[in-house]
Amino acid sequence: MKRLSPFLLTMMVLGYLYLYAPIISLIVFSFNKSRLVTVWGGFSTTWYFKLFENTQILDAAWLSLRLALISATVATILGTMAGIALVRFGPFRGRTLLSGLITTPLVMPEVLTGVSTLMLFLLMAKWIGWPARRGFSTLLIAHITFSMTYVTTVITSRLSTIDVSIEEAALDLGSPPWQVLRDITLPVISPAILSGWLLAFTISLDDVVITSFTNGPGYNTLPMLVWAKVRLGVTPDINALGSLIVGVVAIGVTLSSIVITRQERRREKEIQAALAGEQ
Amino acid sequence: MKPAAWFDRRGWSDIIIGVPYAWAIVFILVPIVIVSALSFAVPVLNSPPYAFAQSWPYVSTGSFHRLFADSIYVRSFGVSLFNAGVATVLCLLIGYPMALGLTRVSKAANRVLLMLIVLPFWTSFLLRVYAWIGLMGTTSWFNRLLTSLYNVLVPQAWHVPHIQIMYTNFAVIFVVVYSYLPFMILPLYANLEKLDRTLDEAAMDLGSRPWQVFVDVTLPLSMPGIIAGGLLVFIPAAGELVIPGLVGNMADPMIGAIISEEFGLNHDWPMAASISVALLVVLVVPLMAYTRFQSRAEAGARG
Repeated sequence: MKRLSPFLLTMMVLGYLYLYAPIISLIVFSFNKSRLVTVWGGFSTTWYFKLFENTQILDAAWLSLRLALISATVATILGTMAGIALVRFGPFRGRTLLSGLITTPLVMPEVLTGVSTLMLFLLMAKWIGWPARRGFSTLLIAHITFSMTYVTTVITSRLSTIDVSIEEAALDLGSPPWQVLRDITLPVISPAILSGWLLAFTISLDDVVITSFTNGPGYNTLPMLVWAKVRLGVTPDINALGSLIVGVVAIGVTLSSIVITRQERRREKEIQAALAGEQ
Repeated sequence: MKPAAWFDRRGWSDIIIGVPYAWAIVFILVPIVIVSALSFAVPVLNSPPYAFAQSWPYVSTGSFHRLFADSIYVRSFGVSLFNAGVATVLCLLIGYPMALGLTRVSKAANRVLLMLIVLPFWTSFLLRVYAWIGLMGTTSWFNRLLTSLYNVLVPQAWHVPHIQIMYTNFAVIFVVVYSYLPFMILPLYANLEKLDRTLDEAAMDLGSRPWQVFVDVTLPLSMPGIIAGGLLVFIPAAGELVIPGLVGNMADPMIGAIISEEFGLNHDWPMAASISVALLVVLVVPLMAYTRFQSRAEAGARG
């Protein structure tokens, strides 16, 4: 076994404390009876009940969820198309521009994406009369755009590790390209498509900056609502909300990692069985 | 080698290229073009609030002149780059030992510890910042802990009832480091994990001490990971809008807040646009140059 020096061990313990101290504190104080967020006043679950009575928060959560579901789905379709085009279509005219455009939002500070997208919307409203006001559609367009670039990155990195020879063999055997795409390429990259969708979904659900530029009055997503509330001061119901999110995420990540581990084990067994059969 | 083109370029395969391409042009390229063009306009009291000069050369560099003349802009650029720089160095100092440690634990521990690095990504960024706001406040256990540590260490005359952390530049750096630490650890880990450990052993066999092995072997070989992690922290940190807005000193804003203010509050689109262009030139152009240089170097190494 490789040895972990005392220095590395200390740094790791401190590092993980740094990463998790605020999250644990958040969860602990979500069960605090007192209104003061950081002074303990006894155990209570009031803030969770208050949270579910707060229609403003529930509405914002519902808006965020709809936005994330639709934008992640459209972004996954567009991003998968772009990824396949970039990796599998060889050199086509404007390929460099496309890959450059896809990387730009990834490397640009969000505030620039937000300002420039809002300028586009305002000028479009002036020139072609749409969007007359900002709301769900402008949010959707902005979220699809940045999510798409993440999905494309996931798809291209996966696709470039996959041997193209299976697809070429199918083509040589006379399959039309659309059948190769449907029966080989898409099934092979389906895990990447799924993780791209999940990434797009969580990024959309969490976005503050670009949303703050592209949303209109009355369209407060959950992060926008939290932002507005936090600017007014810290309140314990936000602790409850945060703890719920952490709980859901922790359960989801644990479950999915169990499923993935099982699948990997099964695949290893199948590969071993296949190899044993060959001999 | 023949290119990996297995698709005929006719009919609906154009759609696969065309649809995302059109989307990227309209919603990524056009906004950047608009911002670049507007940075050469002049602000007017109209809707939309900008105009171009009516005669040759049709453009005005007035906004760029103000950018360098008005100390507010220069200062906030300075604050942004300083904060991002310090945060990047701190992320590296904390993240490097953690990434190195991750390569030296058992496989089972590695799996759990890596997941613990990624897990915060999946929770709300805003709520993690919010959690620190609670902790940095003057009444929290964290602040009281820091205060008593401080009071133990310094002479009695310097004792304080509590440490003011919130609404300082220090708070911004502290929370930025916290938020972006995983962005530093993950590329570093990916790089360190691939390193050949036999090189370490060879150096040890030849008589190097462990820290010498680190300085002479591990550190130079992990340079790509350091640069990748550094860029992933530095660029978003320099343009950060949310963290300074919540925990920072409002009197000394970072550049993101200035852009948003010029645009939303002052309706000075040309000014907002020229600051954006300046920020883009400072942050993104060196990055693009670096990636180009990097890929060319790789191609050179291969060919």
